[in-house]
Amino acid sequence: MKIAGFLLLLAGWALVLSALALLTRAVPRDVFVAAGVAVEALGLILSVRAHLTPASEPRRNGN
Amino acid sequence: MGTELPVNLSEFQATLCILFLILAPLSGCGLALINAGLGRSRNAAHSMMAALCIVAVAACAWFVCGWAFEGYPGGLTYSFQAAGRQWYWLGAEPWFFRGLVASLPSAGSSAFLFAWFGIIAAGLAGLIPLGSSSDRWRLGAICGSTALLAGVTFPLFGHWSWGGGWLAQLGLNFHLGRGYIDAGGSGTIHATGGLTALAIAWIVGPRRGKYGSEGMPMALPGHNAVLVLFGCMVAFVGWLGLNSAGAVLFAGAGTAQIPMTAINTLMGASAGALAAAIVTRLRFGKPDASLTANGWVGGLVAGSAGCAFLPPAVMIIVGLVAGALVPFLVELLDLRLEIDDPGGAISVHAAGGIWGVLAAGLFGGLGTAGSPGQLTAQVVGVATLIGFVLPLTYGLNWLLNLVRPQRVGIEGDQQGMDLHELGAGAYPEFVTHTDDFMR
Repeated sequence: MKIAGFLLLLAGWALVLSALALLTRAVPRDVFVAAGVAVEALGLILSVRAHLTPASEPRRNGN
Repeated sequence: MGTELPVNLSEFQATLCILFLILAPLSGCGLALINAGLGRSRNAAHSMMAALCIVAVAACAWFVCGWAFEGYPGGLTYSFQAAGRQWYWLGAEPWFFRGLVASLPSAGSSAFLFAWFGIIAAGLAGLIPLGSSSDRWRLGAICGSTALLAGVTFPLFGHWSWGGGWLAQLGLNFHLGRGYIDAGGSGTIHATGGLTALAIAWIVGPRRGKYGSEGMPMALPGHNAVLVLFGCMVAFVGWLGLNSAGAVLFAGAGTAQIPMTAINTLMGASAGALAAAIVTRLRFGKPDASLTANGWVGGLVAGSAGCAFLPPAVMIIVGLVAGALVPFLVELLDLRLEIDDPGGAISVHAAGGIWGVLAAGLFGGLGTAGSPGQLTAQVVGVATLIGFVLPLTYGLNWLLNLVRPQRVGIEGDQQGMDLHELGAGAYPEFVTHTDDFMR
């Protein structure tokens, strides 16, 4: 799940870069940039959840 | 390889910049004091020692390759052509400052100023993760992680935003306002450092005893509120220098804009501290000293990006939002997300920095930087921080953790970092209490 989260972060950034490179009109470009940011938000949520201790496991205290 | 647009500084601007850069290291001194005060007493000497090592390692990493990767506007750079545009992606200056020394005395002065600013900024960015991972982060790992941050992650994003890279060229290439604007480093220094702080906090995990078996967090308060609050005042003086130097170097500020930059720095910090004090007073019945201090720093962080051009009234709004966010984010991270961040580095620097970058685009229309597309340029910058810098810095620190674990062993947790890693405590006359770590 951690890897999926970080891959989503990178995918969102790639979407933002693609929007810049491929779209010249302001509105579609901004919409795609926003979509990229939304994908990044999903990736961040997934990364955060992947670092939470599952309820079934003993609480992680670093050791 | 090619060059981008050069930055021409007048002799007066260069002199101003030198004066500001002499003040700027105090921002790092302030952060070091804050980090030490917010940690436990048995880790205080380790925290200050680590801060010193961070500054030293960051300076060496910057000398070896950091400056070469970041470069400066007008310097050598690697680029490629895509979609009909030139994308400047990495500085191509010679390693070990060789290009700088070779350029003396003719064109060296402004390049040296960029290098000097960068070395201070890299050290400051390196100090930020210490706040989130103090009390359990090994000294050797701190040095290794700082070398990666100051030698790779920070200069890479620094080139894009400050070195004339593709983010800075968004205005020229894609008509997005004036391109990505971040004069004082809300994104380049603080969000980069704050996201690294998040990555390391994930990797090292929470302090021993922080979470009970049911997942309920224990309060592990900082040991010295005086250090924390004094650190805020010291940091403010440093920030005045850092923001003013950044305004001259990256926003072309002249004499007229410097007083406004200084006023903006103060207004952002003041609004942030007051917002945090009011929020904690309303929520807990009394204002909380450590969260108010974090609100002050949050206001400084958020105000950095737009310090050179936003009106002071707007800077108050920027600071208020940053300061009010801090108590809520600290609680969210602590209670819900199980991220143990003793110094509040993630809430203050990552969240505050991202808010500052966005605010510069959102309110840019009210100042001298207002032009269509500015907000989009700032959003692209934030997307790059979250979508590229966070995975990169996590990956680098994860690899470092594979080579040698970054977290101290169980003996270090029990003894405290001072005794375990340095062999002596910061306060040797204190009786060592064992009850808080023998659980």
